Amino acid sequence: MSAEILAFLVLATATVAGGVVTLWSRYVVHSAFGLMLSLLGVAGFYVLLGSDFLAVTQVVVYVGGVVVLYLFGVMLTPPDREERSIRRIAVAGIFAVAALVVLLKAVFGMEGRWYGVDPDRGPASGGAVIREVGNAFMDKEAYLLPFEIASVLLLVALVGAVFIARREGGRGS
Amino acid sequence: MTTAALIATLVKIAVFFGITISLAAVSTLFERKISAWIQQRYGPNRVGPWGVLQPLADGLKFIFKEEVAPAGANRLLFRLAPAMAAAPAFMTVAVVPFTFPLILDGTRIPMAIADIDIGVLFFMAMGSLAVYGIMLGGWASNNKYSLLGGLRSSAQMISYELAMMVSVITVLTLAGSMNLTRIFEAQIPLWNIAVFPVGTIAFGIFLIAAFAETNRHPFDLAECETELVGGFHTEYSSMKFALFFLGEYSAMVMMSGLITTFFLGGPSLFGLVNGIEDPWIKVLAGLGVFLAKVCFFLFLFIWVRWTIPRFRWDQLMHLGWKLLLPLSLANLLLAGTLVATGVL
Repeated sequence: MSAEILAFLVLATATVAGGVVTLWSRYVVHSAFGLMLSLLGVAGFYVLLGSDFLAVTQVVVYVGGVVVLYLFGVMLTPPDREERSIRRIAVAGIFAVAALVVLLKAVFGMEGRWYGVDPDRGPASGGAVIREVGNAFMDKEAYLLPFEIASVLLLVALVGAVFIARREGGRGS
Repeated sequence: MTTAALIATLVKIAVFFGITISLAAVSTLFERKISAWIQQRYGPNRVGPWGVLQPLADGLKFIFKEEVAPAGANRLLFRLAPAMAAAPAFMTVAVVPFTFPLILDGTRIPMAIADIDIGVLFFMAMGSLAVYGIMLGGWASNNKYSLLGGLRSSAQMISYELAMMVSVITVLTLAGSMNLTRIFEAQIPLWNIAVFPVGTIAFGIFLIAAFAETNRHPFDLAECETELVGGFHTEYSSMKFALFFLGEYSAMVMMSGLITTFFLGGPSLFGLVNGIEDPWIKVLAGLGVFLAKVCFFLFLFIWVRWTIPRFRWDQLMHLGWKLLLPLSLANLLLAGTLVATGVL
């Protein structure tokens, strides 16, 4: 067994185990923690696929940002007694099945190896990727418009957050 | 990976990690010695000559102490938290270039464990993971003081991370690369701290944010003995307690190393070391210069702790959000303009 397959299996186990903990744990904090493990595993996959820029971005944005905010909220929230009601499970089930179908279709339509990256079609890594990504964001032909829209959306969210915080708490609370 | 490259990597891991851990241990001794000098005392002087064996004695004591977990604590997370607090600081060691690249027979061996092109991003990622240990430790202890300490600390680290990252981006703009070795090599003619005004301002912001990120005085509201007993580590004992501190001191060493790399030209010293012909002597001299700079910043961390009183909570937030963040953004804008117009 090559090191690459071994790494793939370890990461796959971590990702799936994290997902299972997220779903089934009775503690919400454990769930957030499992989510963190799962997202870290996905970052590991990106490294395995030769895309370290994406991997580090994943860690910065999701593991270091989103999950920390989840934990922040979860720690100050009492547990939800209704978390396992039939209605919620049914709604979640529909989405889960739909996602699974899309995923399986992608897996079976895939060419090349089931783990790691084909040496023939591997992406460039490191500095070259950063330059390409940066240029693509600033290129009118490529992603300039989506980039600007995302910026405006974030700005709106920021202003909204400040507005809500001000209204609820008042000045100098 | 060839066998030679593998051996080189293993040697680098052993040496650089060893240096970091040793420096962290020695700084605990110097923390107490320097605080004693500042307060006109002797400091630890019983264990070994001049107290030099004190860190070793502390370590042994921590190992043999009983482990206590409070009733109602979340066992799993309570045990995991100290490791998660220490791990990010240890992992940052991987990207810090400790000295000049070694050039042997035309092959260039970079003197960072992993000389990756996204070194700066890796440092940012590890910095954002550092919150977890303290936050979970505070929560899992099932103690109101711990929880408050953990929450304060995570809010503080998230707030100051922003200003720190923006000032790092200023450095990237000046260097034109995310590779830490290239960043210090770009400064061999002129250190970033001397690039007035953008480099100097970015240095100031990074330094202040580094104090906040490592939970050091005057930003150590996470511990804040007068209000929170011990903050997030109130309930911790034995080696778990020690791991939090090992993590804190390693983070200090790493922050000092990164300040040196980003703003003080890493191992370079006014072109003196850079001009050395012999590759091995150049590498060793570079390492010496780098460590001297790191030790200066470690001293600064300790000096500030025993000189300046603690900030109040709202003052801390005010400084982070209303002063440092806008200042760093304006600085970045200025740096971008200067670089784009070719002034720098």
